[in-house]
Amino acid sequence: MSAAKPHKPPRVGDTPAVRRTLIGVVLLLGAVLVLAPLVIIFAQAFSLGLQAFAAAIAHPDTLHAIFLTVVTALIAVPINTAFGVAAAWAVTKFDFPGKRLLIVIIEIPFSISPVVAGVAYLFVYGLQGLFGPALASADIKILFALPGIVLASMFVTAPFVARELIPLMQAQGRDLEEAATSLGASGWRTFFSVTLPNVRWALLYGVVLCNARVMGEFGAVSVVSGNVRGQTNTLPLHIELLYHDYQTAGAFAAASILTVLAVVTIIAKVLLERQGAGRRTRVSVAAPTIMSGEPTK
Amino acid sequence: MKIRLDSVAKTFDTFRAVRGVSLEVASGELVALLGPSGSGKTTILRMIAGLEFADRGAIYFGDQDATAIPVRERGVGFVFQHYALFPHMTVGENIAFGMKVSKVKRSKGEIAARVDELLKLVRLDGLGNRFPTQISGGQRQRVALARALAVDPKVLLLDEPFGALDAAVRRDLRQWLREIQEQLGITTLFVTHDQEEALDLADRVVILNEGQIVQEGSSQDVTRRPNSAFVTRFLGDTNHLQAAVAGEQTMLGGAAIAAPGVRDGAADLYVRPADLQWTHDTNGIPATVTRVIDRPDSRRVLAKLDSGEPVELDVSPETNVARGDRGYLHIQRANIFAA
Repeated sequence: MSAAKPHKPPRVGDTPAVRRTLIGVVLLLGAVLVLAPLVIIFAQAFSLGLQAFAAAIAHPDTLHAIFLTVVTALIAVPINTAFGVAAAWAVTKFDFPGKRLLIVIIEIPFSISPVVAGVAYLFVYGLQGLFGPALASADIKILFALPGIVLASMFVTAPFVARELIPLMQAQGRDLEEAATSLGASGWRTFFSVTLPNVRWALLYGVVLCNARVMGEFGAVSVVSGNVRGQTNTLPLHIELLYHDYQTAGAFAAASILTVLAVVTIIAKVLLERQGAGRRTRVSVAAPTIMSGEPTK
Repeated sequence: MKIRLDSVAKTFDTFRAVRGVSLEVASGELVALLGPSGSGKTTILRMIAGLEFADRGAIYFGDQDATAIPVRERGVGFVFQHYALFPHMTVGENIAFGMKVSKVKRSKGEIAARVDELLKLVRLDGLGNRFPTQISGGQRQRVALARALAVDPKVLLLDEPFGALDAAVRRDLRQWLREIQEQLGITTLFVTHDQEEALDLADRVVILNEGQIVQEGSSQDVTRRPNSAFVTRFLGDTNHLQAAVAGEQTMLGGAAIAAPGVRDGAADLYVRPADLQWTHDTNGIPATVTRVIDRPDSRRVLAKLDSGEPVELDVSPETNVARGDRGYLHIQRANIFAA
């Protein structure tokens, strides 16, 4: 410690060695665990050239898998969003018996292996299952068809939106809703102009996570879809099939599409957030008059 | 609008928050509900607002039974303790909210004009485009008031209106709220645990303890004639001395103190620090100074009676007194209650 440089104690834990080690470890793990596999997917997808990639994507089975995945997401995500918002609202704004039980039930899909969920659906809707015969006689096809895929996806992703919203809405309390109601707003009005805008980022984040999971879900969907190529194969299932057929390039091409879908979702989220953040920090252009005798922030 | 509460009660789970409160607030009156935390004051305010519903009893607005009218239709302006400003709306949008959702349709121009008028009323002209996070606590408080006033409420209810502000801002706002209330003539109730605030601001103070009204009256009534040891202690610093009453008076330090209406026997005597005089003539209660605290307008002397009981008294800044001094206390005024 030289005399010219006065001794300045670092903050707790903030020594260069600790800082460098921690940052280094995180960067290394991030690169090895997250970045490298992503890079490999794209490298492998294009390993046989752009034409082979385009051909792999343009294959009717792959196209159908993409289509099926997107349709599933378009159905499952909005329904689960509505469910999540309703559940979070009920849990945080009302007191009722069985509230804790409801929270536990909402969380069940998180702790159950998706395969178990798929098998459960088999038992309920399968031909030998609970409603199987009735559904068969009514000519309603749930398993090995789109409804089964959507149901399984929804089961797995049911908690995503609610889980993001509940802690935030709990922290926000009921004051804002009470204020809106005391000013004469109806329930719907209060929800759309007060509650929703204040949880929009959490909601968006929940929707993004939900969407990513719906598109990527493998276990539950694999049980209920029957894996019929070109008919009930979603992208993740299709990737696995291709891989087992030793069509590595095709598998990676399809995987790259799934990755792109995910990246697009995340970019969309960031863009929306940017837009919102811009409004939040908007400062009035007119020079504000500040009250005298009062501290301002 | 006159408000009347008729033996209103409310229980939360097993906690009896309000136990039969009857109260009348005259039209245009400014009333403070004062009490320690858990005394039920906020619950009463919320029941008047319609944010809680009474288990028993009735609430009348004028001649109308308002007990079961939901908050949305009750026509009250409620200012929340932490303001509850909508964080995603500007100050102007916050104030306009009630008019936008109202069944009475107003044009955009009308709403904008009314917002400007209200901003002027609460002295926040030009801040309409700010967000709540960009203004100070005192300014937020005033926005909350403007928002509540925008819908022309019949009654204005404020929950700990100055609780979250620092002392200087608080005094300013108190004065200002009083002015606005007088100007608008709106029936106003506010809840506070700060006795100074209640005495300063209100026409009438209602003191609550454990869900019941213990005393109500003008600030003069409750400060000069507190009806119980609780009210005496709650309204300000006080010394508690044991006394014995005989023939409606008690003897302390060689002087008789009147105790009208107090039955003979052991009694509790309460005397405020400013009502004790420090003297050197031997006619008084002997005491020894243990500490002196200097304040802007007085000196607070902590002393010990010969019996070991601690007392506090306020003397003028010029009084020459120091730790270890011996002297005598004269009781100039006291409140005595049978023990």
